Amino acid sequence: MLEIKKLKKIFNRGGINQVTAIHSLSAFIRNGDFVTVIGSNGAGKSTLLNLIAGTYLPDSGELLLAGENATRWPEHRRAAYVGRVFQNPLLGTCATMSVEENFALASRRGLRPGFRWGVTNSQRELFREKLKLLGLGLEYRLKDKVGLLSGGQRQSLTLLMATLRRPRLLLLDEHTAALDPKTAEQVLNLTRELIQEMGLTALMVTHNMKHALELGNRLIMMHQGRVILDVDGPTKAHLTIQDLLNEFSKLKGQDLTDDKMLLI
Amino acid sequence: MSLYILVGAVEQGLVYALMVLGVYLTFRVLDFPDLTVDGSLPLGAAVSGALIVRGMDPFLSLLLAMCAGAAAGCVTALLATRLRIMSLLASIITMTALYSINIRIMGRPNLTLLNQPTVLDALSFIGLPRYLLTPLIFLGIIIGCKVLLDLFLHTQLGTALRATGDNPQMIRSQGVNTDMMVILGVSLSNALVALAGGLVAQSQGFADVGMGIGTIVAGLASVILGESLVGAQTVFRQTLNAICGSLLYRLTIAVALSYRVGFLRLTPSDLNLITAVLVVICLTVPLLRTRLVMWKRAQGD
Ligand SMILES: Nc1ncnc2c1ncn2[C@@H]1O[C@H](COP(=O)(O)OP(=O)(O)OP(=O)(O)O)[C@@H](O)[C@H]1O
Ligand SMILES: [Mg+2]
Repeated sequence: MLEIKKLKKIFNRGGINQVTAIHSLSAFIRNGDFVTVIGSNGAGKSTLLNLIAGTYLPDSGELLLAGENATRWPEHRRAAYVGRVFQNPLLGTCATMSVEENFALASRRGLRPGFRWGVTNSQRELFREKLKLLGLGLEYRLKDKVGLLSGGQRQSLTLLMATLRRPRLLLLDEHTAALDPKTAEQVLNLTRELIQEMGLTALMVTHNMKHALELGNRLIMMHQGRVILDVDGPTKAHLTIQDLLNEFSKLKGQDLTDDKMLLI
Repeated sequence: MSLYILVGAVEQGLVYALMVLGVYLTFRVLDFPDLTVDGSLPLGAAVSGALIVRGMDPFLSLLLAMCAGAAAGCVTALLATRLRIMSLLASIITMTALYSINIRIMGRPNLTLLNQPTVLDALSFIGLPRYLLTPLIFLGIIIGCKVLLDLFLHTQLGTALRATGDNPQMIRSQGVNTDMMVILGVSLSNALVALAGGLVAQSQGFADVGMGIGTIVAGLASVILGESLVGAQTVFRQTLNAICGSLLYRLTIAVALSYRVGFLRLTPSDLNLITAVLVVICLTVPLLRTRLVMWKRAQGD
């Protein structure tokens, strides 16, 4: 589904603040893989997701989406394949537009907008059905501006929107990090259900190792722009938090049990 | 203030409301501060005027004026999106270039349209006196444009355009090319402004290269005045507010010009100064209001 070949991203090239955020990274994500991605702050997780979505273009390397070379595709073109939820709950929706208008935009992800009505009645029915799944009462608030909703409600909305049109690849960047624990748990459950029911291929970045272990069939650990651990199947299923900590300290040759960056 | 002045102000408010809709589209919907309008208003006047003088149908000349306005907007948008020039600067560049272009189009800095056919003449068969006919025609045009704009902003394309102004990251990740939306929106805006310019030229009987000076500030003042009118924040209401803002602005100006302040009598050339002061007042009222609230709170503690 997604093939990354020796991808490299350097920020502020030539400047004093030059950072190599991604070091010649290669990975192959199979169809149906649900990958959780962990790593300390600045490991390059968000940069990797931005490179996949086309928000940034790489300095070198190749990126294949569903077999097509998408390395130079602009962000809006990749949107036909990729659904996204951002860490910032404000980024995924338009505050000044209504719930149904946001949904309508997402329902046409990757399609060229035309002169037809932005929202149709048959769509409204569908949106109501979908919103009922959230159990937040949003199905009665189709006409409300999204700006009136809470961060958790907006993030749940963004998640539904990202999966409204089946994405070939779903990218989730710490999408529960800005929410209170209870809401975060709800959004996480919704994530799990949606991915399972629709059989989606997904990459989920998280700082919560428990979540990283519980969810998905594959786990990738990143450090300083590189993949330092990539496990799947039964190996992943039997992994424990202590294993992860050991793995990390072994690879890096230092004891990290009390590293604040690796919050459990 | 005489009835004559009042009707004149209403007439101006209605015709310039087209320009205000354009400014609303860039400043408010797209979040793209566009100063091209100072050049595209006289551009519309110049194109329409020059074509009428050469014998073209006045209606058709307005259509071509709109196309010219759209082209000017397109240039600004291309400078901003493709060449990554800051939007404000990009529009100043286009505006400056338009000054020369407008003189080229007219062949000289101004053009008189007296004794030339205009859309107002074409509709004079209705039989109303001119001072009533003109505002009524302008009213019809502005209502038509408002309805069309409202409808457009609710199409797939229109919602994508609004989303571009609200949250470009979101709409890009929904697959919309935001550069195209900016080009579309700024072009549409300047087409409206050029239409206003063409109509102003036809009703005043002349086109002048300097007639666009202060357009953007007047447009902004109108948009802000309109926003001070209460109402639900729907697109329908916002465009209506923009039109009302334009009327309110022209009436305010007319009142300011018709009174003597002490020894000082304001003249039309003071218009830009009055507008500038008006915009500053409008922009600072919210700030002063919050300051006042905070000050009261501090007193209460
Ligand atoms: N737009 C940018 N400009 C310059 N440097 C950047 C930019 N984005 C990221 N970086 C740098 O790239 C490196 C990787 O950042 P990135 O945001 O990908 O980390 P992350 O793994 O997502 O971290 P976190 O867990 O804190 O979200 C960091 O050193 C960061 O400073
Ligand atoms: Mg990050």
